[in-house]
Amino acid sequence: MNDLSMLIAANADWFYLVGAILFVLTLRGLSSPKTAIRGNRFGMAAMAIAVVTTFFLAEGPVLWLIIGAMILGALVGMWKAKTVAMTQMPETVALMHSFVGLAAVAIALATVLHTEQQHGAVARVELFIGCFIGAITFSASVFAFGKLAAKSWAKTLVGSWVKPVQALLFIAMIGFGGVYFVTDSLPAFYAMAVIAVIFGWMWIAPIGGGDMPVVVSLLNSFSGWAAAGIGFTLGNSMLIIAGSLVGSSGAILSYIMCKAMNRSLLNVLFGGMGTSAVTAGGDEGVPKNYKAGSAEDAGFLMANASNVVIVPGYGMAQGRAQNAVKELYELLKEEGVNVRFAIHPVAGRMPGHMNVLLAEADVPYDDILEMDEINSDFASTDVVLVIGANDVVNPSAKDDPTSPIFGMPILEVSKAQTVMVIKRSMSTGYAGLDNSLFYMDKTMMIFGDAKKMVEEMVRSVNGGGH
Amino acid sequence: MSSTPFVAIFTVFVLAVFVGYYVVWGVTPALHTPLMAVTNALSSIVIVGAMLQTVTIDGSMFTPTSLLGAFAVFLASINIFGGFAVTERMLAMFKPKAKKAPVLENNAKETGGDA
Repeated sequence: MNDLSMLIAANADWFYLVGAILFVLTLRGLSSPKTAIRGNRFGMAAMAIAVVTTFFLAEGPVLWLIIGAMILGALVGMWKAKTVAMTQMPETVALMHSFVGLAAVAIALATVLHTEQQHGAVARVELFIGCFIGAITFSASVFAFGKLAAKSWAKTLVGSWVKPVQALLFIAMIGFGGVYFVTDSLPAFYAMAVIAVIFGWMWIAPIGGGDMPVVVSLLNSFSGWAAAGIGFTLGNSMLIIAGSLVGSSGAILSYIMCKAMNRSLLNVLFGGMGTSAVTAGGDEGVPKNYKAGSAEDAGFLMANASNVVIVPGYGMAQGRAQNAVKELYELLKEEGVNVRFAIHPVAGRMPGHMNVLLAEADVPYDDILEMDEINSDFASTDVVLVIGANDVVNPSAKDDPTSPIFGMPILEVSKAQTVMVIKRSMSTGYAGLDNSLFYMDKTMMIFGDAKKMVEEMVRSVNGGGH
Repeated sequence: MSSTPFVAIFTVFVLAVFVGYYVVWGVTPALHTPLMAVTNALSSIVIVGAMLQTVTIDGSMFTPTSLLGAFAVFLASINIFGGFAVTERMLAMFKPKAKKAPVLENNAKETGGDA
């Protein structure tokens, strides 16, 4: 070792402190799109400082093992980051959470198997907690990934047996953890890890796709706590700080999502929508009248309006219609129409999903408004165009105390003069509820694929203008 | 140190949770997806733990401990590089649009790939 590396190794904690401060500034930077990129760079710098400093602490020939693993991981990560489509962001993030979880498990196992180390009582508790949080994060995230990517193996579990099995698995997991704590027995540790993996899966599998934004945020939080747990084991403050930041962040996002659905976290995680709402969709079975219209008419109406609000939902993501929507937005602007976007906090499959898609299509973010900012404007709006959103515009949430989503804050589009809804069919949305908005006199349904319909509207506006 | 290490480190933990709480509320809702992507990269700070666990035991380089450690380094690296890169890509889309060609060109390429 030369002088420099000895200096770095001796002062590692100071470098970690700088890293920790930069991590805080990373999140701080995300408070505005203007400073966000700088924030992200702070994060990169912090991570670089952390990794380089640790290089000087870890010595010997194994360094090459570390470097090899890192290069391999970097290649995979960069490739994935470059190729992933923005519409696939939710499942990609979910998959990445699973990596953190699995890494935490591997680290805990590596520590347990470290023959030259003794693990005292506190260390054993930390290892146990770190390992099972990691294991649950891993399998739950894999399931969330499958669900969001609509894989056939990610089936929603239903049945009365699910809850007892969950409870049993949880008790077994804690039990084996206890055995490990008392006897220092490795098989008990393995058993605990395996059960935690199964438990993670069984825990998330009964939750429906509509609640996935909450689940993804929660797993984000978990991956942070897992990192903090490793930090406790190693006595490393930076790990604890970074882990806690991530943990808080995910917890807050989960809270925001839950509040936007007027539900509690417990309600999302341990039963709710998926099961109870099936019956609520029926509504006497009397066929109700709705008006269907063509995309051409819709384009004509919008081109002649002075205020238009577009409400994007998951249907826009699914149909990959964001670029067509941008084109429509631009054409209408050229016609002198005041066009804005309204985003509900739970629109899409992860927090902020719609904002990313619209940003991808190059829609200026000044014209993209949050629910609270735009709700009072709907009364003075001529036309609202709802693209593949359902529950977030359902007036029953305000008017019908018997509705399962009663009390959920919604975008109050029914106050506008005319509402147009692009939807594939009259089938219910993710919450399984009928939507009274669709049967109002002012509402026109436009059936079809979001992208196709918006493209037709674009043609109509274009043709009408010349 | 006068205090026991656990109390010291637990103090850091509790304070960090408070800092996280206040900082995250400042994040604008439009950036919640990039927030998740970047925190995902941040949680890969476990790489520090993974690196420290990848050690030579009894003079042997390939032990269960070192291999598990290296595997964890690999997984965490995917997230570090992937997480920051994908956040960068997303944030570039949120740039003020008044800027000239390079941004537009970049975007056209990306949207073309997705469609």
